[in-house]
Amino acid sequence: MKIAITASSPKLEAEVDPRFGRCQYFIIIDPETMQFESLENAGPSAKEGAGVSTAQMIIAKGASAVLTGNCGPNAHQALSAAGIKVITGVSGKITDAVENYKTGKFQPADQPNVNAHSGMNK
Amino acid sequence: MIISIASGKGGTGKTLVATSLAVSLKNKQKVQLLDCDAEEPNDHIFLKPDLDNSEAACIAVPEIDNEKCNLCGKCAEVCAFNAIAMLPQQPLVFTNLCHGCGACSYLCPQKAITETKRGIGVVEWGQAGGIDFVHGKLDIGEAMAPPIIRQVKKHAAKDGVVIIDAPPGTSCPVVETVKDSHFCLLVTEPTPFGLNDLMLAVEMVKDMGIACGVVLNRAGNGDGKVLEYCQTQNIPILLTIPLDTDIARIYSRGITLAEGYPQWQQDFSGLFNKITEMVDERNRCSER
Repeated sequence: MKIAITASSPKLEAEVDPRFGRCQYFIIIDPETMQFESLENAGPSAKEGAGVSTAQMIIAKGASAVLTGNCGPNAHQALSAAGIKVITGVSGKITDAVENYKTGKFQPADQPNVNAHSGMNK
Repeated sequence: MIISIASGKGGTGKTLVATSLAVSLKNKQKVQLLDCDAEEPNDHIFLKPDLDNSEAACIAVPEIDNEKCNLCGKCAEVCAFNAIAMLPQQPLVFTNLCHGCGACSYLCPQKAITETKRGIGVVEWGQAGGIDFVHGKLDIGEAMAPPIIRQVKKHAAKDGVVIIDAPPGTSCPVVETVKDSHFCLLVTEPTPFGLNDLMLAVEMVKDMGIACGVVLNRAGNGDGKVLEYCQTQNIPILLTIPLDTDIARIYSRGITLAEGYPQWQQDFSGLFNKITEMVDERNRCSER
């Protein structure tokens, strides 16, 4: 099982990027083995629909959950429709986020927690 | 002849010029006014048209037949606006992101996509004391003005003078509005803000190959930089309207300048004559 975490840099020591669609990087990680790969997100340069295109990429990666700070309505709808759990309100270190996920401290958000375009110009 | 009225900066007096130009010409020839500032149309406040006719303004959005779709993902790939996500089980359309370009339905290898209409506003039209009036009103929260602007412009008369009031700015809605005009009148004010945005608007119309001239509104305040710029760029200042509390007073009561102070009708007729001369001259040059 793999989870996708929005990240400020491509390293495991990175912080959680508060944005989903316009985050800089993703850490796609197996919480059991801690094996991971990092992905650069094209979202920050998208003119429109960054949430949808980023969700599309995560769906293609086969992640079963997304850990991020904020997730808007379009991305939330796309991820949920693909059966991916969306966990919002996550901040701090990636490694802590993974640990908290493993110990079941997070509840999936059944709704977006911000409006569209919230991640622009930040 | 189609004359569009743009500005770059908002609040410079596009509506003042558009409505007064229409009022000043209506007894001399056939005049139509199209208000394409669909996000905040307000020419009707001054001209008080009888808006007896209306039609829904729509954008064509994709509808995907899941029976025919084989999940190839071509539609999501070709969509420049990320309005389609391809999920493992089915495609998902975000109609609020769709610009209605039609690429997905055109390029779907399975021919699984048809177009359906989504309402984004209303186009209304009617008579305003001898002026043929049309405007578009975009629904609150809608992001896409160009489709409704195109729909308003479909009503453009083939003869007479067509005056088009544009939205502020220099992006897609303005380009869509100004496109196909014979002349673009740029309304500005003599301030650093007016100049900055005038320069952007001049660049836009030059890029589009449309002749332009300037109306300097609220003259008497600010500085002389707009005049300087127009001189060096060889852009004619076709009309100057002073900063005047009497003008502001009638205008704030919803009365056009040409009706509140009828002596201005001559100035606006003169403005129209200058535009006609410039357009004729340009046509002669291009024929040579």
